[in-house]
Amino acid sequence: MIRSLLVTVAAVFVLISAASAENENSYKFDNEQQRATYQQLTKELRCPKCQNQNIADSNAPLAEDMRDRSYQMLKEGKSREEIIQFMVARYGDFVHYQPPFTTATSILWWGPLLIVVIGIGVAIGLTRKKKAAVELTPQERERLQQLRKSGDE
Amino acid sequence: MTKFRWLILFGPLVLFIGLVGFLLKGLGSDPTELNSALIDEPVPQFEVSDLYDTEVTYDQSVLHEGPLLLNVWATWCPTCRAEHEFLNELASRGIPIVGLNYKDDSREKAVNWLNTLGDPYTVNLFDPQGEVAFEFGVYGAPETYFIDHNGVIRYRHVGDVNERNWSNQLQGIYQQLLEEAE
Repeated sequence: MIRSLLVTVAAVFVLISAASAENENSYKFDNEQQRATYQQLTKELRCPKCQNQNIADSNAPLAEDMRDRSYQMLKEGKSREEIIQFMVARYGDFVHYQPPFTTATSILWWGPLLIVVIGIGVAIGLTRKKKAAVELTPQERERLQQLRKSGDE
Repeated sequence: MTKFRWLILFGPLVLFIGLVGFLLKGLGSDPTELNSALIDEPVPQFEVSDLYDTEVTYDQSVLHEGPLLLNVWATWCPTCRAEHEFLNELASRGIPIVGLNYKDDSREKAVNWLNTLGDPYTVNLFDPQGEVAFEFGVYGAPETYFIDHNGVIRYRHVGDVNERNWSNQLQGIYQQLLEEAE
């Protein structure tokens, strides 16, 4: 029983990897460098249709079109940046998994830092207040002593 | 010191209420609805053939005689079927709609669809490979672009156009484009 299950699982894996290999092989690259750029690009470009997948993983027709276009542009000698810009111009910043630094996204970068700074500030403020409360003036100490004495009697 | 005390006491509450408001807004919005990257950009250049007669070709100048709507559709798209009758209605009200047939199964199917359901479009563009749609950043069908009299894309609506969203929102956008054109 377990063995047959294992065999089935293995067969499925082989089929999946064969399918993806076939996909890759339908593109002919000029050199290994180009293939590497292509693979990197399809991993960092996001499919607008199935939003949490990159275009390498997605089977949506749109992802296929975007892969084809990336491949064509690489073959035409376009650089990685040019292709990303081409996609962003049509599909917006959304399409790239590395969003640019803008006023809208700056909060994501500075927000956590700001919260840490506020936290440290509050912590310092609270400890200082405690210290101040503990320290008594000489007069207060005398009064405290007196109170203690009167309490003993 | 007392001033700061109020700030320390109520600051977190104010922050919390702000955060709740922000997250509530996020709950109501549809994450699959993306803003077009082409808002306030002129329509991209293209060359495309007519759906009925592939001998006839058009370029981006057919979208310069706005304000008009550009509707992206296909016969494989059920939502396009749902909105089709309302597009007919809009066309009968005199609103020019250019149709972009997007990656359809076949030209015959698309022509047949228009023959049986009615043709609301002033011009029918045929884009079997989705090349023109790619230039517009189309990521599904149906999508409807609002193009002004200068041929500038002003708004993109994702999903079907119907009586409700037309009267609530889209009509206002179209009216504004009309007023600007005068």
